[in-house]
Amino acid sequence: MSETPTTSHGTHGHGPFIAAIDQGTTSSRCIVFDKDGRIVSVDQKEHEQIFPKPGWVEHNATEIWTNVQQVVDGAVEKAGITAADVKAIGITNQRETTVLWDKNTGEPVHNAIVWQDTRTDALCKELGRNVGQDRFRRETGLPLASYFAGPKIRWLLDNVEGLRERAERGEILFGTMDSWVIWNLTGGVNGGHHVTDVTNASRTMLMNLHDLAWDEKILTSMDIPAAVLPEIKSSAEVYGTAASGVLTGVPVASALGDQQAALFGQTCFQQGEAKSTYGTGTFMLMNTGHEPVNSYNGLLTTVGYRIGDETPVYALEGSIAVTGSLVQWMRDQMGLINSAAEIETLASTVDDNGGAYFVPAFSGLFAPYWRSDARGVIAGLTRYVTKAHIARAVLEATAWQTREITDAMTKDSGVELTALKVDGGMTSNNLLMQTISDFLDAPVVRPMVAETTCLGAAYAAGLAVGFWSSTDELRANWRRAAEWTPRMDAATRDREYKSWLKAVERTMGWIEDEE
Amino acid sequence: MARTIQSLERAAAMLRLLAGGERRLGLSDISSSLGLAKGTAHGILRTLQQEGFVEQDAASGRYQLGAELLRLGNSYLDVHELRARALVWTDDLARSSGESVYLGVLHQQGVLIVHHVFRPDDSRQVLEVGAMQPLHSTALGKVLSAYDPVAHSEVVEADRETFTPRTVTGLEDFEGLLDLTRARGWAADVEETWDGVASVAAPIHDRRRMPVGAVGVTGAVERVCKDGELRPEIIAAVRDCARAVSRDLGAGRF
Repeated sequence: MSETPTTSHGTHGHGPFIAAIDQGTTSSRCIVFDKDGRIVSVDQKEHEQIFPKPGWVEHNATEIWTNVQQVVDGAVEKAGITAADVKAIGITNQRETTVLWDKNTGEPVHNAIVWQDTRTDALCKELGRNVGQDRFRRETGLPLASYFAGPKIRWLLDNVEGLRERAERGEILFGTMDSWVIWNLTGGVNGGHHVTDVTNASRTMLMNLHDLAWDEKILTSMDIPAAVLPEIKSSAEVYGTAASGVLTGVPVASALGDQQAALFGQTCFQQGEAKSTYGTGTFMLMNTGHEPVNSYNGLLTTVGYRIGDETPVYALEGSIAVTGSLVQWMRDQMGLINSAAEIETLASTVDDNGGAYFVPAFSGLFAPYWRSDARGVIAGLTRYVTKAHIARAVLEATAWQTREITDAMTKDSGVELTALKVDGGMTSNNLLMQTISDFLDAPVVRPMVAETTCLGAAYAAGLAVGFWSSTDELRANWRRAAEWTPRMDAATRDREYKSWLKAVERTMGWIEDEE
Repeated sequence: MARTIQSLERAAAMLRLLAGGERRLGLSDISSSLGLAKGTAHGILRTLQQEGFVEQDAASGRYQLGAELLRLGNSYLDVHELRARALVWTDDLARSSGESVYLGVLHQQGVLIVHHVFRPDDSRQVLEVGAMQPLHSTALGKVLSAYDPVAHSEVVEADRETFTPRTVTGLEDFEGLLDLTRARGWAADVEETWDGVASVAAPIHDRRRMPVGAVGVTGAVERVCKDGELRPEIIAAVRDCARAVSRDLGAGRF
């Protein structure tokens, strides 16, 4: 197990505590939080990434469950506490990753199919019939794309021998990773609870956003038996109690998809509040209040969270495929920098981009354009341009793409963004954060706890058991670690944005006949 | 053949000697290895030390290669890398101390602030990344002056300005403060730079045990101090943070 940052000096408060499990794409983690939302201990373990074919990505769900048990034990032990000190367990997870298992043996019938897996591309086209990828958008808020869980279930039913019959006999259970962890944690074959939360269910393409129930028409269209589906619960309520391990008897009291958990951890509880997580890619979610907002600008509509019986809160989601990975590309493929952090050093040696614009449409343009025929472009090159200008253009690319997503959110929701809350690894890049603030013409704020995903799961679990009284109390826990305010004049911003949009135009139509 | 400068040849030989084999050598080892009189060797070592190419261990008096040599090469630590490594630890320091946190490195004749975490209250604060602080009066500056020989030579030569009645400007007194800093492993600034403001800082070392920066908290003197003394829990938290960042940079436990 890797050593991860923890408070080593024991100045954190005394119990009680909340334990949050983050079942992520590359690893499982458990973080113990105190009442102030400070990290007491962390444990983490990576799991194997299985690539059976190009474009296929799988995880061994049994390995994941074993790791989850180990990191829970590890974090509790490092914190030096017992089950009696832990008031609740919260869960957050990689979204859309799909596992089917035998309810009598607890054995997965196949490796879990990971969200990045593209094996259902053709199936999604087929499911679109004559309508296309928006066939289920009105009900689910999602386009037919290979990420989402519904088509993955269908693929498993079609491709694992005898599975459909077993599923129809009611012997098989489906779950995203939240369901898999909760079912096992609350007893597994000995009375485990088969549940999911509204945020995870909203990523299956099987739930109707308006009544938050499984949509029978879609189930029929996708040919998925309702018997495999978990019960849809809120994001913050007691689903059951832990039946094994060091936390036996502790209530399991929240589940949220990772991006929704980050929205919750950033305490974006009011309509118009948004968070953006800057990692390899970037995910931005905006709280749109109690009504699902249809997107006409290429965003996803999803459930933000639901606390117990309260009215659900919806969100608009926009993602940028290439952000941190562009910096990695500069390091690994171009060799212009030795470490990701050095991009800032190189970019800081010049005052501007020298006229260069970098549009990293490596596998097409995503939100808000959705052009798969686009490919990456560096535009505006002259003899004047140096590698430092290109480094600057790299950082600006992330900032402009953030601007494009926020513009789309404003158009769809009619709500102007007042401030952007940021988290993720790239927030240590000061120049990037300043540039985002300049390009958005809005303040960018970084909270004091970087682990907003786990914190969100802990918050939801703590609310469910009364550890925290209200979202107002959680908001009072939120601490600003840094804030960047716009320094760019409007004329410069508008001129630069125009140039960026011209560069974006030049990426389109590069791939001429797409297969 | 063009005439060469004998003292430079001798200095180069010394650096090679210190770079190979044993890490730290005493004056007599160096002079006998190179066949030099002790006085001659000492003169060259002192010059190299002033340039930061050699440093002398305070306790044993032995010499080793200095930080400036590493800066000359390409193996220096990028300040943005330092910030990225320090991020979680400095956030935690701000939360546990309730004060703002600064991370500083030597830049020209002062301390360059490369990372700043706001004090965890809801007050309006401005990010001070990129600001400069004086070497001789701030806690960050004293730590850098005590541990980094290059910073030391800068501060010794600099005009040490009086900011408040408490600013220590005399060389002997100042050197005494640096000795105390090295002995304790941290430095303080109680109203020596700004009235009403106190700070505590500790050194960050990289995997070669080179001092690469300093981290500290700064706050109102009535909060950072109690009954006229610095609060011990703040000192402990600052030192823990500095150790944690150093450990992340690969420095061994110390």
